[in-house]
Amino acid sequence: MNAFLAIRNLSAILRGGSQRVLRSVDLAVEAGEVRGLVGESGAGKSMIGKAVLGILPSAVSIVEGEILLDGRNLLAMPQKERRRTIGTVAALIPQDPLTALNPSRRIGRQITDRLVDILGWTEANASARALELLDEVQIQNPQRVMASYPHELSGGMRQRVLIAAAFAANPKLIIADEPTTALDVTVQKQILKLIREMQARHGTAMLFVTHDLGVVSKVCQKLSVLYSGKVVEDRAVSEFFAEPRHAYSKALLAATPKYTDPFASLLPVDEAVIASVDAEVKAADREWRHV
Amino acid sequence: MTLLRSLLLRLATMAVTLFGAAVVVFFVIRVVPGNPIAMMLPPGASETDIARLSAHYGLDRSIPEQFLIWLTGVIHGDFGTSISLRQPVMPLVLGRLPATLELSIFALVIAVIIGGASALAGTLWRGTKTEAAIDVANGVGLSVPDFLWALVLILLFGVLMPIFHISGRISPSAELPFVTQFYVFESIVRLRFDLWWDLLKHMFMPALALAIPLAAIVSQLLKQSLKETMHLDYVVLARTKGYSENHVILSESLPNAVLPTLTLIGVQFTFLVGGTVIIERLFSYEGLGNMAIDAVINRDLPLIQGIVLVFALMFTLINLLVDMTYALLNPRLRHA
Repeated sequence: MNAFLAIRNLSAILRGGSQRVLRSVDLAVEAGEVRGLVGESGAGKSMIGKAVLGILPSAVSIVEGEILLDGRNLLAMPQKERRRTIGTVAALIPQDPLTALNPSRRIGRQITDRLVDILGWTEANASARALELLDEVQIQNPQRVMASYPHELSGGMRQRVLIAAAFAANPKLIIADEPTTALDVTVQKQILKLIREMQARHGTAMLFVTHDLGVVSKVCQKLSVLYSGKVVEDRAVSEFFAEPRHAYSKALLAATPKYTDPFASLLPVDEAVIASVDAEVKAADREWRHV
Repeated sequence: MTLLRSLLLRLATMAVTLFGAAVVVFFVIRVVPGNPIAMMLPPGASETDIARLSAHYGLDRSIPEQFLIWLTGVIHGDFGTSISLRQPVMPLVLGRLPATLELSIFALVIAVIIGGASALAGTLWRGTKTEAAIDVANGVGLSVPDFLWALVLILLFGVLMPIFHISGRISPSAELPFVTQFYVFESIVRLRFDLWWDLLKHMFMPALALAIPLAAIVSQLLKQSLKETMHLDYVVLARTKGYSENHVILSESLPNAVLPTLTLIGVQFTFLVGGTVIIERLFSYEGLGNMAIDAVINRDLPLIQGIVLVFALMFTLINLLVDMTYALLNPRLRHA
């Protein structure tokens, strides 16, 4: 297996509690491939991305498992080394472009900072790279945008900037945390198309966190379905849409609205299915003893 | 164009503020009990002597009339003559102002350094015993007023461990080569670090007494603002870029967290300058505040008016300075 990111048996609990929020998660993203991570709100999909990037909220603690990035276990490293390692090979495309840029720093500096400070590029090279990337994400007049502050740009432009910033450092892995959720529908399509093109051009492995199976079918090759912090299905996307295996996956797929008949297809996930998958989670918890 | 307009507007506001301060102080010190003439003449002076002296200082006229005469003088740069010192008010006040300015600014610098450093430390070690200790220290610093800190400091560093001077601005034996009243500034320019050190040893305790409450407020608010930014998306994003927590706090959080603190420092700095009145008295520091107390004791009406006007001017200038710094630091206001 040539997985660039391999998560093995990862469990996390809320501090002070005993309930697991991540339940023995196994997940791999191979070099150059895009893996979708889907689930309902609160299923823990964003948490997996945050665990990989070392930015879990302090209330969540990892109690077992490994996160191997390029073969090295992040969880075994001291904080400083972990951050450097992550910053060198991985990048995040955040959910909300309106809050993910520092309001008091210029755009250009927010793209070049990692290149200069962490990767050791010269200022000139970093600026050239930033301009090139801004051009690649189809921003008009990149020179002017570099000198702007975030409040001078629209939400869609800011997300383009963040995508440029993520790709600028030539990361091997990008974690996209619901990158289109906060945008309005017309912009969503453009941004999604942009991310797909950029990924294909740069060949970057990607973990794409989303609640939208439609997005998964367009962007991803592999898919993990998460329920209550547990991976219930791990398949190639083409197989999954042809024939989902897990009852919950089937129900989830059935609940996805169809453009042909949106109102008739707006169905909640069947309660019987929820009950059976809940029972499955409970059974797994009984087997699990945390140290 | 808009910049010029807003500046003119600010200047007009300042003029109105100063006029208001002048009116209030002028009338208040004339309606409170106490007669400057009675303070000047020996007991048993005759009625005619009192009347003659009152007439000399224009105190026999009605208060509005006195105000008009005084205001006309002020507009022409004449602030009257001190009754107790028998000298023109403005040179007296301007002679003392530098001492108070140096003390206030030194106190502000101490407060910002202590407050800023403890806020950063408290943010870096948030949720630990270090943060709890800083919170306790801030509570104590805030709840004890500056003049009590002055007494504590005198006891500690003036009596028990006499390492600082507790009285005056500079050692009386020192030969002063200075031409301005900005002693600290001038001692540096003239490279007289012996005098500079002597000045600092005199200024340290009054400045620290003034600084402690402000440092506590700065620390409290800045730490609060910093902690609020720590889980914001752009701070989290910076962590994923590979930066250490120190760097994240200093270059991502601080520039945004510093804005509310800056406004607060502006407001609190005016209180600090007000505090110099008592503190200078306690340390026999030859500044404007010390002079103000003498002026009040002597019912020296023109001198009180002059001092209050200069204090009021200082407060409005501080506020202007804070607003300008704020606009400079906050890119969202730069075009507004």
